[in-house]
Amino acid sequence: MSTEVNAETELATPPAWRQRSPLWFAWRRFLANKAAVAGGIVLVVLMLAAIFAPLITKTDPTAQDFLTQSLAFPSWEFWFGIDDLGRDFFTRIVFGARVSLTIGFAAAAFSVLIGIPLGALAGYFGGRTDWIIMRIIELFSVVPPLLAAMLLGALTRGGFFTIVFIAALFGWVQVCLLVRAQVKAFREKEFVRAAQALGASPWYIIRRHLVPNSISPIIIGFVLAIPLAMMLEASLSFLGIGVPPPTPSWGQMINTGMNFMFFYWHLAVFPTAALAITVLATTLFGDGLRDALDPTLKGR
Amino acid sequence: MILYILRRLVSIAVTFFVVSVIIFLMMHAVPGGPFDGNDMPVSEAVRAKLMAKLGLDQPLYVQYLNYMAGVLQFDFGVPYQSPGETVVSLLAKAWPPSLVLGGLGVLIGTPLGILLGMAAALKRNTWIDYLASGLATLGLTVPVFVISMLLILVFAVWLNWLPASGWGKPERWILPVIAFAAIPLATYARYTRAAMLDTLNRPFVTALRAKGLSERRIIFQHVLRNSAIPMVTVFLPMFIGTATGSIFVEAMFRVPGLGSYFVSSIENRDYPLEMALVLMVTLMFCFAYLISDIAYAWLNPRIRVGGRE
Repeated sequence: MSTEVNAETELATPPAWRQRSPLWFAWRRFLANKAAVAGGIVLVVLMLAAIFAPLITKTDPTAQDFLTQSLAFPSWEFWFGIDDLGRDFFTRIVFGARVSLTIGFAAAAFSVLIGIPLGALAGYFGGRTDWIIMRIIELFSVVPPLLAAMLLGALTRGGFFTIVFIAALFGWVQVCLLVRAQVKAFREKEFVRAAQALGASPWYIIRRHLVPNSISPIIIGFVLAIPLAMMLEASLSFLGIGVPPPTPSWGQMINTGMNFMFFYWHLAVFPTAALAITVLATTLFGDGLRDALDPTLKGR
Repeated sequence: MILYILRRLVSIAVTFFVVSVIIFLMMHAVPGGPFDGNDMPVSEAVRAKLMAKLGLDQPLYVQYLNYMAGVLQFDFGVPYQSPGETVVSLLAKAWPPSLVLGGLGVLIGTPLGILLGMAAALKRNTWIDYLASGLATLGLTVPVFVISMLLILVFAVWLNWLPASGWGKPERWILPVIAFAAIPLATYARYTRAAMLDTLNRPFVTALRAKGLSERRIIFQHVLRNSAIPMVTVFLPMFIGTATGSIFVEAMFRVPGLGSYFVSSIENRDYPLEMALVLMVTLMFCFAYLISDIAYAWLNPRIRVGGRE
């Protein structure tokens, strides 16, 4: 009976002219996911806005050019109004995207750099190596990340690179677990056995066979680490131990906006919306990418 | 099983020790001391005397051993912020608001999330599914202080229905409880949807349908039970995470809970309080994971915990 069904479905689809690559199917699955495509488009727009920020607005994000009109409400001239220190708020929001996205991508890149070797080692060697790496991961799962991040922030007095470092410190765990699972599944495959039989060193096998075969979990881990890092940055900046003040950061702006919220709503609403939209778009994009690249992980 | 639990207890003890050392070192590595603040400056001699009285002039490892010896006797020292009481009594005073608000949030958010996830799984690819999945994604991605901010703006500032902040009268609890409920609701909606979809595709459901069982009995007696395992195991860690308070929710709604002490103990270099908070939360998480793992093995006898993979 099952062969009949298969024959029918094969007839229903037009014969393929050439072998479709797995990537082509992943791309098709991704395009079918409307939320993910929308998230991706929003993310691209935000990235363009961040890159070309000086072209979008003429004013400087830290210049107090409009002190006489401080706290002015949104108008045609100032789209998002003026903040409490006389700075154009639209400019600050746009430049805030730079801070948020740079930290998100940089932290995700470092997470992947730490996560791949540790995950590959744990998955390939197993045994004691695996045990040690899993205990390290356990440490990270029982200490509340924000608390440790606050301590580290106080220790290093905040700043851009510190935030990236802290976010990577907590972001690599996910990448490591994904890579470990994939490497573990591939370790016993014939091509790895063949490479071992031919005398390839573990390092060579990991580098040439196992890591390239883990590329989809790596991409998934990378994209899903971005929103987490952005949220951590906003949280730390909100608490006042993140990116220091003259630099425009959304978390910091939300914190300031909170004090003016009852009378000047725009100072709270715009950074809140900007942060929510960015994190949401990145997460939807990442979820879609994960479902497309690895359908077995769907919904987890 | 008993051997497994014993092994895990040893592992928890090791984790506890490592965390305590790391946090202790980090805490003392932060520049400045508890009496360096500018709001209440003290003279050099007074400071030296205070440091000597609190044992802060001794080498670090002596301080660590002294403190940990106290911890083993459930004595967490005296908080520098309010020397009139002990850390334990201060925590006993500050925890109830967090426990009430966070606990209520979890208790309200969890069933709602399960219902939402069930609705999404049963009406797959309809507007209910999109709404539920949308809510779940929003709850997990929008930072909790953003949610709190929006709640205050809409319900307190614009509509003027509810008080924006405070603690005491039950109407002041509503907004923070909603903020606390967001994460359990989103987590459960997501887990339930995934687990139910997974179970609905199993052959035994088809067999039950073929047998002519009513859809309601299939869902409630068979599908829900078989999807319950991941839902049971995430509950306890999530409860601990929420009921130990949130720095953000409590700061936004000005709730006098544990959350504010996480920040103030770091800012004021209040070493005993900071250490007690970290150790308490760490230990609770360790035991939450242990109990979850035992519950998992008990609910799913195919997993033999002794082997661990």
